[in-house]
Amino acid sequence: MTTDTADSAEAIEAVGIAPAADPGFLQRYGATVEYVLIPGAALVGALATFGVFVTLYGKNPLDLYFYMYQGAFGTWFSWQNTLTRAAPLILTALCTALPAQLGMVIIGGEGALLIGALTATSAALAMQWAPPLVVQIAMVIAGVIGGGLWITLSGALRQYRGVNETISSLLLVYIALAILNHLVEGVMRDPASLNKPSTREIGAANMIGTIPGTDVHWGLVFGLVAAIASYILIYHTTFGFAARMAGGNIRAAKIVGLSVGKLIMTICFLAGACAGLAGMIEVAAVQGRTNANLAAGYGFTGILVAFLSRQNPLAVIPVAILLGGISASGGLLQRRLGLPDASVLVLQGIIFVFVLASDALYGRIGFLKGKS
Amino acid sequence: MIIGETPTPTGAFGADAIAMTMRFGDFLALDNVELKVRPGSFHALLGENGAGKSTLVKCIMGYYHATEGDILIGGREQKISNPKDAHALGLGMVYQHFTLVPAMTVAENLVLARDDVPAVVDWGKEKKELEAFLAQMPFKVSLDAKVSDISAGERQKCEILKQLYLKRRFLILDEPTSVLTPGEADEVLGMLRAMVVSGELTILMITHKFREVMAFADEVTILRRGKLAGQGRVADLTPDDMARTMIGAEQLTVQPPRAGEVGEARLELDKLTALDDAGAVAVRNVSLTVRGGEIVGIAGVSGNGQRQLVEVLAGQREAEGGEIRIRGERYSATREEMRRHKMSLLPEEPLRNACVGGMSVADNIAFRDFDRAPFAKGGWWLNGAAFRKNAERKISRYKIKTRTPDTPIASLSGGNVQRVVLARELGGEVELLIAANPCFGLDFAAVAQIHAEIMAARNRGAAVLLVSEDLDELLELSDRLVVMFHGEFVHEARASEADLTEIGRHMAGH
Repeated sequence: MTTDTADSAEAIEAVGIAPAADPGFLQRYGATVEYVLIPGAALVGALATFGVFVTLYGKNPLDLYFYMYQGAFGTWFSWQNTLTRAAPLILTALCTALPAQLGMVIIGGEGALLIGALTATSAALAMQWAPPLVVQIAMVIAGVIGGGLWITLSGALRQYRGVNETISSLLLVYIALAILNHLVEGVMRDPASLNKPSTREIGAANMIGTIPGTDVHWGLVFGLVAAIASYILIYHTTFGFAARMAGGNIRAAKIVGLSVGKLIMTICFLAGACAGLAGMIEVAAVQGRTNANLAAGYGFTGILVAFLSRQNPLAVIPVAILLGGISASGGLLQRRLGLPDASVLVLQGIIFVFVLASDALYGRIGFLKGKS
Repeated sequence: MIIGETPTPTGAFGADAIAMTMRFGDFLALDNVELKVRPGSFHALLGENGAGKSTLVKCIMGYYHATEGDILIGGREQKISNPKDAHALGLGMVYQHFTLVPAMTVAENLVLARDDVPAVVDWGKEKKELEAFLAQMPFKVSLDAKVSDISAGERQKCEILKQLYLKRRFLILDEPTSVLTPGEADEVLGMLRAMVVSGELTILMITHKFREVMAFADEVTILRRGKLAGQGRVADLTPDDMARTMIGAEQLTVQPPRAGEVGEARLELDKLTALDDAGAVAVRNVSLTVRGGEIVGIAGVSGNGQRQLVEVLAGQREAEGGEIRIRGERYSATREEMRRHKMSLLPEEPLRNACVGGMSVADNIAFRDFDRAPFAKGGWWLNGAAFRKNAERKISRYKIKTRTPDTPIASLSGGNVQRVVLARELGGEVELLIAANPCFGLDFAAVAQIHAEIMAARNRGAAVLLVSEDLDELLELSDRLVVMFHGEFVHEARASEADLTEIGRHMAGH
């Protein structure tokens, strides 16, 4: 490395872009390393803090880490459990990660999930006469549209009424839950569901089943496809380019005539569609019907996944698997260490705090910068 | 009376930087630079963007720690490890951009800037002390005015007053006049000059404007690419000497002569009205026609509605009333219209208005065309190779200094950001150009290039609307000149026949 090919855009020669001498690993990949290192460190910090919490409970933290590993990734059984939990997390994380490209903070994935489940169930119940594949396709479409429109509502409130999308999407979760309860306890109630008001079953034939050779349902594939498609959409298409422009600087997007309102609506629809799909999958692969069990918090854990992956749709996949693993290990922690079931929620909370706090570290780690 | 027990030096003192070297990674920002500011002098620090001026003063102020070199304050070596140390020594800095709280009054801003603000402020007492302080000052500023209500010139005076109030005896001014009208600039610098002459103050001023150096400075130090390029007494130098030292062998872009015929009406504003962010009328019923092949300049003191007018044209703000027509068609700032009319915009503060800081130089250059061939295959798939190729061509044509086309644009200097916008906006065919303070804060190599590009666009038949707070720029470039005051066009003149006092009078609303 010589000084005359040095960086700092300010003062180098106008050499055009003659390929400079190798700028060095850290200078070239410093930012990427940062994106892995900082969330990783936040995670380790959170686990250590959780270890202290467990120690106060009178348990050995090393046992804790061992059982967490066992419960999440230790056996083929736990892997399958983890992946099954990761599937909806990938989709609900996209519900936060996609609007984040536009600079919006949407935290209402849970609501879109519930509405998606409700519309998908309705579609299935209305089409009981059709062959299973047709019913399944109809459920996907209904879930996508239901969830999509739900978050579009937040987008529209922001675009046309100036309502903060974070607040509105969160409040819409409770409205979604109320609608769901109203319907399953009212017109959609299966008279046979006595203790737990539910809709009728969509029918065993219409369930989407598991990936052959595993106990993991097809929802995982839906999630992977959605995440990869989102990544391609954001980084390789003109639509994604426009979204990144508007997200990076709305004034710059307007000055080149982009229709920001249209971008907001479209992105919100796609985001809600992902969460709606998660709801459809929970119905068609796990529950077989809609009831209040669906409000299991996948939508909220998805927010955590999205933030931990720095809103990158591809990074969402490993992070969802990691957090799926943490929640999968909850049962084992309860059985072996006698910790309350809610312990993993405590851990999730600690992780969230650490991840948010670690945001302040970007661009401040000396050896990653190469220059001041 | 103000800074607790700090022994404040009385009268002016000097500052020396000896053999300063500053390295950022493997980039040498300062290379063995020498700066000697004598006590009680007005010293100018000249240099192009990226020459190391800001780095040097930031080393003096303790924001950076020089890799090598010493700083002498009042002849004694001092270790300045942070800005607090610098303040304690009586050094103060006034920035290009304001650091006042707009929602507070002048008095509140002054008192709150102190290091020792008491938990409960006795405003009655403070006011009395402030008034006593102001009485000794050559500046007049209303203490009870809210900062958001006062003009740029007054704000800059407040910034300087704040430094004096804090007993700073050595002021570093970083392009202090870039937000002021020439009149305001002369007033502020003249008052500072008087304080220097009376021995109360030493001033080190970073600037681009030779006029100010010639009129106010005693001595000048010139940097080029991190090295000391020259220094001397201003009285012994001409602007040409300084310019040559500053830019070295670099060629300035030559502005093409005015040529071509005035064509048909291209841009028409018809009773246009627009509001500002607070909902007050900022642009009131303005009508104007700009023809092909002419530059119409809009003059005015900052804050008279120029910004809102440009924002409406740029699609960043909705018009409240009236309409805009381009070639007789109603215009509402959509992408399709901008394209059809071959419209280009050079807004002020390009990083804030026209670029996405986190995206690469190549991406930013392609903002106008990313959704068309060759950038988009089939209208939707981004073709990275086309972005890169286009960027490489424009980077070399517009002399953009960037490490690679993939560098985020936010890490470029102001002049280079503006060059990226120039490359994007003027790289293709232009039939209508809206430019707002396009040279704000740029060094004069960049200014010459931008002026030449604007004139060339005009000569090719483009209609140009140039909004600027720099009268010299307007008189140099415009064919016609319109003065804007309180949101209205109050005066119009041919630039060749314009009378400066007449224009100044209208700018001030008389």
